[in-house]
Amino acid sequence: MKEMYTITAFSENHIGLLNRITIIFTRRHINIESLTVSSSEMKGVHRFTIVIEDEEELVKKVVKQIAKLPEVLRAAYFQNEDIVYREIALYKISIDSAIDKNLEHLLREYNARMVDIQKDFVIIEKTGHVEDTEKLYDILKHFDILQFVRSGRISISKQKKELSAYLNELPINEYVKGDF
Amino acid sequence: MKKITGAEAILRSLVEEGVDTIFGYPGGAIMPIYDKMYEQDHKIKHILVRHEQGAAHAAQAYAQVSGKPGICFATSGPGATNLLTGITNANLDSIPMIFITAQVPSHLLGSDAFQETDMVSLSMPVTKWNFQITRAEEIPEAIAKAFHFATTGRPGPVLLDITKDAQVNELDYRYKKIKSIRSYNPHPKLRDEDLQEAINMIRESKKPMLLAGHGILLSNGEKELLSFMEKTHIPTAVTLLGKSAIPEDNPWYVGMLGMHGNYAPNVLTNEADLIIAAGMRFDDRVTGDLKRYAVKAKVIHIDIDEAELNKNVQTDLPINTDIREFFKAITPKLNYKVSGEWLDEFEKLYQTEYERVIKPECCPSEGKIRSGEAVNVLSDKTKGEAIIVTDVGQNQMYAARYYHFKNPNSLITSGGLGTMGFGLPAAVGAQVGAPDKTVVLFAGDGGFQMTFQELGTIFQYNLPVKMMILNNNFLGMVRQWQDLFMDKRYAETNMPTPDFPKLAESFGIESHIVTDRANLETAVEDMINAEGPYLLEVKIEKESNVFPMIYPGKAVDEIVLE
Repeated sequence: MKEMYTITAFSENHIGLLNRITIIFTRRHINIESLTVSSSEMKGVHRFTIVIEDEEELVKKVVKQIAKLPEVLRAAYFQNEDIVYREIALYKISIDSAIDKNLEHLLREYNARMVDIQKDFVIIEKTGHVEDTEKLYDILKHFDILQFVRSGRISISKQKKELSAYLNELPINEYVKGDF
Repeated sequence: MKKITGAEAILRSLVEEGVDTIFGYPGGAIMPIYDKMYEQDHKIKHILVRHEQGAAHAAQAYAQVSGKPGICFATSGPGATNLLTGITNANLDSIPMIFITAQVPSHLLGSDAFQETDMVSLSMPVTKWNFQITRAEEIPEAIAKAFHFATTGRPGPVLLDITKDAQVNELDYRYKKIKSIRSYNPHPKLRDEDLQEAINMIRESKKPMLLAGHGILLSNGEKELLSFMEKTHIPTAVTLLGKSAIPEDNPWYVGMLGMHGNYAPNVLTNEADLIIAAGMRFDDRVTGDLKRYAVKAKVIHIDIDEAELNKNVQTDLPINTDIREFFKAITPKLNYKVSGEWLDEFEKLYQTEYERVIKPECCPSEGKIRSGEAVNVLSDKTKGEAIIVTDVGQNQMYAARYYHFKNPNSLITSGGLGTMGFGLPAAVGAQVGAPDKTVVLFAGDGGFQMTFQELGTIFQYNLPVKMMILNNNFLGMVRQWQDLFMDKRYAETNMPTPDFPKLAESFGIESHIVTDRANLETAVEDMINAEGPYLLEVKIEKESNVFPMIYPGKAVDEIVLE
C-alpha cells in the first residue's frame, strides 16, 4: 500500500550530492513530493528531507541506496506519525480584493499572519501541514490570489534518541585535520 | 617545500598508490599530464589504446587479473564520454577502477567551451564516487579518496575530472593515504548473533545449497570458501562472475546458475531447504521469475553491500559483512555434513544434462564445428589454466559453460552490463596484467567487429593474445531469441564478416581459419604454441542455440534442455 514517507539523510556538504541522491529516485521512477536541503546543527553536515509516496518495501530499498553513498553519513525513513513536520506557505493577494473582505477574521481563524503590505498587494504567511495551507488557499481563492508558494517539508523525529545525535559522535575526517 | 605542477602531483600520487600501468589516450585538455609522463622518471607504463572505450575495458581486465585497481586516462569531451560504457560495465561488475578525465580550464566551465562535457554529472549514476578537481591543491586528497573508495568495501569505479588549469598550476605537494572516512564504512562487522543464527539454520537444513558470487573473488575468499565446502560438503553453484572461484573438479562444485547455467543447480534451487547466498546479488538472469524462486528454501544472504540485502529476494537472515570474514568465522564453529543423497540428486541431473546437452555439444561426430566443442578443445589443451576472456552473447555462454576453470580470476567477462565489444580490449588488459599467462579471447564475429581497432594495440605492444573468433555470420544470441520467440524473423542479425585473417595480417598478426573438425585440435595447438599474438577464426554451425535455457519469465526449475 502506498503511503507518505519522510526520508531524512545527513551528508557531507559536497557539490553534486543532491544530484547523486535524486538519481536514486529517478531510476526507480519515484516522484519526489518535496525536498528540502539545509545545513544541520553540525558544521559541514547537510540535512536532506525528502517526502515521497510509495510502498514501504521500496522506501526501505531507496533509503539503503542513499545510505550506501560514500559521502552520506546516515539515512532513515519515517511515517507521518513518527515526526513533527511543517511546510510554510506564502499567499500574495491583490489589495483590491482584500480590502472589502474580512481578512482579520481569516488570519485569526487560520492562525496565519500578514508579513508585508504594498500599494497593490498584501502577503500572508501560514505554517502547517499541507492540508492546512491548502485549506487557507481554498478560502483565499475567493480573493484575487496573485501568487502562491509552498516550501518543501521540514521535519524532526519524535524518537527519544535523535538521528542527529549520531552526528556528535562523528570524528572529523583525517585529511581535513591537516596534521601532516 | 618545492612546488610542483598539478600534472606532476597526479603522477606522483598514483605512484604513491602503487600504480605502474595506465591505459589511456591523449587529447587537448589532458596534454599537461601526458607531457609530464614523457619525462619517464615515474616508471609508469602507459598503454596507448585505439579508442577510450578500449582503455576502460582493458584497465578493468588488468584490475581483475592483477588484483590492483585499473587506471584510465582520457581527455575532456569525447575522450571522456567514450569511457562511459566501460565505466558502467565496471560499476555493474564492482571492479576497482580510477578514471581520470581532463576538463576545460575552470574559468570556462559551464560555457560550452571546446570539448567541454559535464563528465561529473554524466558519470554520476555509474560511478561509486566522483569529484571535479578545479584547484591543483585538491589533487593529493582527491586521489587518496579515489583509491580508498574504489578499492575498499564493495569495490567500484570512481572518476576524477581535472581541469586543465589544475594540471598546470603549482602546489605544495604532500601525499597521505586515506585510512578512513567518517561517512563511509567499508568493513561492516559480522555480528555474533547473526553468526549463531546462520549456524543454527545450516544445522537444521537437510538440503542446503551454496551460491557463490563475484564477492568471493573480490574479497580473495576462495580458500575460505573451499574450506567451508570441504567441511560441510554443501553443494555449491556459482554465478557467471563467480566462475573460477572454485576449481571445477571440486567434488562439491555443482555448476553455474542462471539462464544458461547448468541443469542441476537451477532445478534444485527449488528443491533446496536452505540457500546460502555468498557475495552475489540475485540478478534476474540468475533467479528467473522471483515469485517462484527458492520456493522451499530459507535464505541466508551475506553481502558487503547492505543495499543488496532484501533487494531482489526476501531473506530470512541478511548478513552485512565481508564474505571472506564470514567463512573464516563460521567454518571452525560448524559441525555439520550434508548427506550424500542430496549430492546424488545433483549428480543425477548432471548426467541428464551431460547426455542431452554437453555430450552433443562437445563431442559431435558430424556437422560443422560447434562452439562448445572449440571451447572444450582449448580447455583440454590449456589444462584449464589459461585466462579466458569473452565477448558477450553465445560465445560468452559457451566459454563459461565448457571451459574447466582451475585458477581464481581466470574468467574475464562482462556480467551485469553485457557489453558487446568488451572482449578484445579486455584481452589486451588481461595480457598486460598477466604477461606470463596464456590469455585466450572467445568472441563472436559481431562483438569482435565492435572494437577490433584494438588489434592496433596488440600489434604495437606485441601482446601474445590468442583470439578465437567463433564465426557463424550471425549475432548469435539475438538470433537465438528470434528463433525461439519471434518465429525465426531474423531481423538484422545476419551479418557478413570481413576476411579476419587478412585483417590480422595487416597488423602483423599470425592467423588461421579452421572449418573442419579434423583440423580443430591442431589449429588450437598451433594457436597456443604461437609466440606472439594469434587469431584463429573458427567457422561454426550457423544456427545453433545455447542450452539449457530458462526462458524469460520462467522459473529456475522450468529450465529446458533443448
